[in-house]
Amino acid sequence: MKLVAKEELRGVVELSGVKREVSLMLLPEAEVGEYVLVHAGYAIARVDQEEAEETLRLLRDVLAAEEA
Amino acid sequence: MSAFQDPELVKGLASRIARLAEKLARRVTFMEVCGTHTNAIAAAGLRRLLPPQVRLISGPGCPVCVTPVAYVDRAVALARHPETILATFGDLLRVPASVGSLEQARAEGCRVQVVYSPHDAVELAAAHPQARVVFAGVGFETTVPTVAAALLEAEERGLGNFFVLSGHKVMPPALEALLADPTLALDGLILPGHVSAIIGARAYRPLLARHPIPAVISGFTPVDVLRTVAELVQQVVEGRAELVNLYGRVVREEGNVTAWSLVERVFVPTDARWRGLGDIPSSGLGLAPAFASRDAAQFPATLPAPKEPPGCRCGDVLRGLIDPPECPLFATACTPDTAVGACMVSAEGACAAWYRHERMAGVA
Amino acid sequence: MSRRIVLAHGGGGRLTRELVRELFLPPLANPQLAELADAAVLPWPGGKLAFTTDAFVVDPPVFPGGDLGYLAVCGTVNDLAMVGARPLALSWALILEEGLEEELLATFVAGAQRACWEAQVAIVAGDTKVVPRGKGDRCFITTAGVGVVEGRELADREVRPGDAVLVSGPVGEHGATVLAARHGLAGDLRSDVAPLWPQVAALLGSGVALRALHDPTRGGVATVCYEVAERTGLRVELWEEAIPVRPAVRAVMDVLGLDPLYVACEGRFLAFVAEEDAARALEVLQGLAEGGEAKRIGTVQQRAPGQAPLVLRTAFGTMRPLDLLSGAELPRIC
Repeated sequence: MKLVAKEELRGVVELSGVKREVSLMLLPEAEVGEYVLVHAGYAIARVDQEEAEETLRLLRDVLAAEEA
Repeated sequence: MSAFQDPELVKGLASRIARLAEKLARRVTFMEVCGTHTNAIAAAGLRRLLPPQVRLISGPGCPVCVTPVAYVDRAVALARHPETILATFGDLLRVPASVGSLEQARAEGCRVQVVYSPHDAVELAAAHPQARVVFAGVGFETTVPTVAAALLEAEERGLGNFFVLSGHKVMPPALEALLADPTLALDGLILPGHVSAIIGARAYRPLLARHPIPAVISGFTPVDVLRTVAELVQQVVEGRAELVNLYGRVVREEGNVTAWSLVERVFVPTDARWRGLGDIPSSGLGLAPAFASRDAAQFPATLPAPKEPPGCRCGDVLRGLIDPPECPLFATACTPDTAVGACMVSAEGACAAWYRHERMAGVA
Repeated sequence: MSRRIVLAHGGGGRLTRELVRELFLPPLANPQLAELADAAVLPWPGGKLAFTTDAFVVDPPVFPGGDLGYLAVCGTVNDLAMVGARPLALSWALILEEGLEEELLATFVAGAQRACWEAQVAIVAGDTKVVPRGKGDRCFITTAGVGVVEGRELADREVRPGDAVLVSGPVGEHGATVLAARHGLAGDLRSDVAPLWPQVAALLGSGVALRALHDPTRGGVATVCYEVAERTGLRVELWEEAIPVRPAVRAVMDVLGLDPLYVACEGRFLAFVAEEDAARALEVLQGLAEGGEAKRIGTVQQRAPGQAPLVLRTAFGTMRPLDLLSGAELPRIC
């Protein structure tokens, strides 16, 4: 979910237009605009979008090569 | 990202696994130890995409399932105190205690409140200053930091009526016990993505050094799981035993240090009993001495003699010794609506996942 | 020790069924009740009457897209529509809790009036009771509705292998909206609650071979399809990629750990139609303002011994059996 607002240790995350409040006590360094993993009302880890995209890209390339 | 459910990628990975599996000399068994993996695999029907030489089994990854009945008995006993509000995550509600359950206690008029976050339990304490709010803390390393954070918040807000009944456990000692068990022949481990986000890849290195085995930290989407299985098969074929992090977008080598530092402030390691695995030293978490006043175990509670249901084989399911259908009660006396054991009651339990998604898979 | 009613008895899944079958059916035994259809069809000189009853306890009682009163009227006329009946008249009985603000009650009445106007029906009889503070929760509404069956009776026994399963629009919106409101999730959500007779009338008037209709309220699309499959001894196969779910609904489901296939709709219906009429039925629905997103989501098949009554063909081509909801806590959705 995307962190769209932050005030001290409380934040608002959003997914497909649905917003909820979360605590940032476990991820105080999270910045607005970043994607975070939420568990039981707390943000617990950053989700690295670039790494995700890279993973998918590599995977597609490798699979295409394997099929060939 | 829905790209991680892309059917083309899924099919491609299934083909890769099939090709790699042709080089296997025998059938291999990989174990996952996370309720979210149990469900993700079952719900997506991933087993049906794998060749017969590759078998996926569930281990003790469901925190509610590995919680001994004595804990549930104590939670029920506490809920019966008129001044107590017992706050709990949803799936502890219907777990059978020796007598009744939290759900039954609620139906009898006890104050049992389902919460989605330990923070909600703190808010309950703020809203009900006359009540004693006890949070039933069950969960592994993904959940423990949230409970630690909630407890520290209660401290900061001066809410003296917030308590925790800790049934928390940590994974690495249980993994070590599984790997040391000669009756289990595992060929690889699918490591829990979100637990790993907290404890980091480094948490597994010591035990894997003592018990080398292919081990992959995995996400939960179909693409993630199949990538993991492919990597495990490849390691077996090549005779390797390495720790690989395939969930790098979330899991770092050091995990979430902030979160774990809060855990180390609030909790200390204790010995703990795991349904199915028995007593494992230093596998549980109890409140640190500085927070002893918030430990709900201090309250008197009349406990019944702990009773496990006769015929229940949850313990063997949790150890990965049997698949759910091999339990004689599975789908007969024990169904999600008439659950005998925790593995069927809990949303993360192997028996529940099997009942819902795999039971008629052969004839789906 | 006496067994007690638990919240799951109201969930629309297995426990609800057991309660009805074990506690209510035996002593009240009669052929119409035993059908457990959305409405009872009664013989009447010159035709057939449909008769139904419902209770509404939704929390919160005001939500995006509707309120308790609007929902009460729609839910009742929709039950009539599901057996092919044009609504004739409704009654309602209100149980009010001492302390309820009159303004809130006025909101429910205005909602009911709006639904009556849309459904072209009237509430012709009513009753009101008040219980002391703490013995109710603001307002509970029970209704009864009577309608006239126009044309052929719709019933599950008409469903055959090969029939198409259609849904009149995106699923799970009512449940998602109510749950989001209850759990403090803000979002682009609106209950789908609406009277269904206009769409049903259009289908009946078009002459397509319509077998049965069901509105997926408590328990959602999966529960309805499971029950149809069970009653008929046939098998329903749903196609995961075809089922319309709005992104905001999916997001709420992900956050709450729920499956849109099991979450209530209050303004949608499933239609079982002859395969050869499926395309035309969709055309008819899509031509209406409310039916624009109607889609085919599955098919009815023969069921071999031991096969699951309901399966989902996943996006990867694997077949996932879908069971009845059990014990999931979704209280006071409708």
